[in-house]
Amino acid sequence: MPAPIRLRELIRTIRTARTQAEEREMIQKECAAIRSSFREEDNTYRCRNVAKLLYMHMLGYPAHFGQLECLKLIASQKFTDKRIGYLGAMLLLDERQDVHLLMTNCIKNDLNHSTQYVQGLALCTLGCMGSSEMCRDLAGEVEKLLKTSNSYLRKKAALCAVHVIRKVPELMEMFLPATKNLLSEKNHGVLHTSVVLLTEMCERSPDMLAHFRKNEKLVPQLVRILKNLIMSGYSPEHDVSGISDPFLQVRILRLLRILGKSDDDSSEAMNDILAQVATNTETSKNVGNAILYETVLTIMDIKSESGLRVLAINILGRFLLNNDKNIRYVALTSLLKTVQTDHNAVQRHRSTIVDCLKDLDVSIKRRAMELSFALVNGNNIRGMMKELLYFLDSCDPEFKADCASGVFLAAEKYAPSKRWHIDTIMRVLTTAGSYVRDDSVPNLIQLITNSVEMHAYTVQRLYKALLDDISQQPLVQVASWCIGEYGDLLVSGQCEEEEPIQVTEDEVLDVLEGLLVSNLSAAVTRGYSLTAIMKLSTRFSGVNRIKKVVSIYGSSIDVELQQRAVEYNALFKKYDHMRPALLERMPIMEKSASNGPTEIVQTNGETEPSVVDSKHPPPVSQPANQANDLLDLLGGNDVVPVIQTTVPTKPASAGGELLDLLGDLSLSGVPTPAPSVATSQPSFLLDGLSSQPLFNDIAAAAIPPMTAYNKNGLKIDFTFERANPNPNVAVITIHASNSTEADMTDFVFQAAVPKTFQLQLLSPSSNVVPALNQGTVTQVIRVLNPQKLRMRIKLTYTLKGSPVQDLAEVNNFPPQSWQ
Amino acid sequence: MYMQSIHLMQFMLLFSRQGKLRLQKWYVPLSDKERKKISRDLVQTILARKPKMCSFLEWRDLKIVYKRYASLYFCCAVEDQDNELITLEIIHRYVELLDKYFGSVCELDIIFNFEKAYFILDEFLLGGEAQETSKKNVLKAIEQADLLQEEAEAPRSVLEEIGLT
Repeated sequence: MPAPIRLRELIRTIRTARTQAEEREMIQKECAAIRSSFREEDNTYRCRNVAKLLYMHMLGYPAHFGQLECLKLIASQKFTDKRIGYLGAMLLLDERQDVHLLMTNCIKNDLNHSTQYVQGLALCTLGCMGSSEMCRDLAGEVEKLLKTSNSYLRKKAALCAVHVIRKVPELMEMFLPATKNLLSEKNHGVLHTSVVLLTEMCERSPDMLAHFRKNEKLVPQLVRILKNLIMSGYSPEHDVSGISDPFLQVRILRLLRILGKSDDDSSEAMNDILAQVATNTETSKNVGNAILYETVLTIMDIKSESGLRVLAINILGRFLLNNDKNIRYVALTSLLKTVQTDHNAVQRHRSTIVDCLKDLDVSIKRRAMELSFALVNGNNIRGMMKELLYFLDSCDPEFKADCASGVFLAAEKYAPSKRWHIDTIMRVLTTAGSYVRDDSVPNLIQLITNSVEMHAYTVQRLYKALLDDISQQPLVQVASWCIGEYGDLLVSGQCEEEEPIQVTEDEVLDVLEGLLVSNLSAAVTRGYSLTAIMKLSTRFSGVNRIKKVVSIYGSSIDVELQQRAVEYNALFKKYDHMRPALLERMPIMEKSASNGPTEIVQTNGETEPSVVDSKHPPPVSQPANQANDLLDLLGGNDVVPVIQTTVPTKPASAGGELLDLLGDLSLSGVPTPAPSVATSQPSFLLDGLSSQPLFNDIAAAAIPPMTAYNKNGLKIDFTFERANPNPNVAVITIHASNSTEADMTDFVFQAAVPKTFQLQLLSPSSNVVPALNQGTVTQVIRVLNPQKLRMRIKLTYTLKGSPVQDLAEVNNFPPQSWQ
Repeated sequence: MYMQSIHLMQFMLLFSRQGKLRLQKWYVPLSDKERKKISRDLVQTILARKPKMCSFLEWRDLKIVYKRYASLYFCCAVEDQDNELITLEIIHRYVELLDKYFGSVCELDIIFNFEKAYFILDEFLLGGEAQETSKKNVLKAIEQADLLQEEAEAPRSVLEEIGLT
């Protein structure tokens, strides 16, 4: 049998193949030859054959039949055999197959071989692919080699130990004694691998970390080594572009980071060297920047002094301006990590960060976007939003959803005006409307509802947007809802913010009906639009068209639409007298104190026949408790939330005795059984049962503010507004200010009103009233059915360590606040 | 599954502009099938990148650091905590070692001497970490090992020469 062809020859031959098929044929032929050669147990050419097999394996062909041959090579005495054998083992075997365990004995023997290069092969293989069982068996050998004076072996043993620890963490302890003198080595290889080993141990075990900090005094040792590296002259062996052993420097910096984290003493001990590295490292090449980068990461993670932190952020700032985009990338990544803790420092680099939004690289763009959102605040919102909206327009689809969400969040927090807020939302909906998250629709609806003075403007803009494009579902849903709610404003051309458009009721219904039939509309959208049409039956004059549409959909195939239509039909036919009440304008929804999902605290006592958009979270219980406490202040009367209805056309009772509760109150003809409405939460906006017009024209004549309390440096002013559309609710905002020289902490404001009224206290803006009038605490009080309003207030706070409490009566309400 | 560790180079791949694999070094236990899938997917992803893009990208839960030298892509997968810039230096050091060893290395050298490329890599990195930071020492070790190999093979060729295979 002729000698198997040499490796290089095979490679040459295979490369001449012009097609995949030709290559496959050659490979198959050679594999067959190799297989028979293996079967003959040919020792001479086993090495050559396995090498060829490894080449073919790299091309993607199966080579599992060579696994055992690798083991035979490893067991051979020839160095060449071992070299290829171990390579083959690393490529063809994996720890999931039991056959790998057969290596263990060979490795054990080779770890004790007389030739260091054989020992090296064994250490390398074990450190690369050793399974847990192998590691357990051989850990002792590795530990022995860790103590050898042969630096070639010592460095390999250190990394092998790292692998052992990763596979079998319990074995970490046994390597501890051997680490004692590792750092006194001169050999850089040993130093580097030792630092890696120490890093692994410190990261895995808090006990080890403590041990190395206190007992071994690791930090001074590392500082010394690092100092030598920086100060020493040119060392050709380890030089990279004028820097001495950057790999070792980086590893030391990383270990210092772990040692300094949350530890004042260690952090203190490394301050100087970090400053030195940060200022002296050459930055013209990547290698210097790599060291600077690691230094910055370390400074930010340990308890460094503020000067050092500023230095670090400035390095990142310079990185941002670097031509090398890799450097810009790492700068953005790091800034993102530190933006919470060092916000002001990062703000200084805001314009550079915003420029990175225009970068071509996807990763840089993403980081720049995240960082930009993190930097938005009340001062820069307008400028930032312009850039971010521009980005939203032009960015790849993969960014649009996140960007849209970010814009909504930022707008909600920092919108300078309601009009700006609505405009921003409109911009997002029209440019990226199909990418916004599903939960934005209810959030936006809530926002729009609460921007009372913008209703006309909003519905007009949304209507115009619909005329342009009905494909973006979230936009269409919000628009349908608004048209349903505020369609009357639309047709009456009431918009103040911009030129009102002329649109007839029929045109509006055309658009909504168009949504119902369009292929572009999702099922949910159709639901929105049908409900909107129905709502318009109480806002528009012509009802017949609506009745027709609704009856048609009573036989819709879509079950959801059918149900709605049937219920609306029933509303027309059997419950027409309830229709106006049920379809009345939605009230303002209150947000809960936290930034979580919005909660509808108060409802109209009405329900929409089918609910699509509103969430039904439980009512906030906190105000109820406060209400109970307040009533206690007035003499501990029983708390019975009295549901009152009024017909505002009746004059307020003359003389207005406070306790003349039920004098001029009357229940309207529509039954509202009190028990069913009495929940744990006093319900406020009971207007639904009155016959007053839905749209209240009571002019918002400015109600003058008043000072309710002014004593001992604490001043409390009240400002008023009437909640449109419910004129029976007075909204009072208290402004507490403090002219003393110390802050008033734990500030709590409580108010009580006579039982005729009902009162709700919302959460305060804060419970610290800053000294010297530097700021105010605001809190909103809502009072139902105020008649000659009178209030008792209780104030508690802590000033200069002593608690203060005071009670006061507030009688001087301006008449306009309750008329 | 992947090992639990904090800093780890999981694998290094070398491949041509046509997507042909020239070297694959794995530091995590994976089956052949899994390795093939990862290689294929990652190679596609990197080859699709435009030249002006940065050398780092997020891929699955890893960070990929790659650089093209002539017709070969050098690509490392590291875990999230690593310093990408120093990984670029690691790649560069490996290329320098190959260059010194082969004398102005090109892709063909790596194709025809792939086993040597592995040997050099295994003298530079162990378990994904640098074991030797001196170029000279790595090359010296390779030189010595090659000598050992020659000595091991020499006797046989003498025998062949005199006809005693």
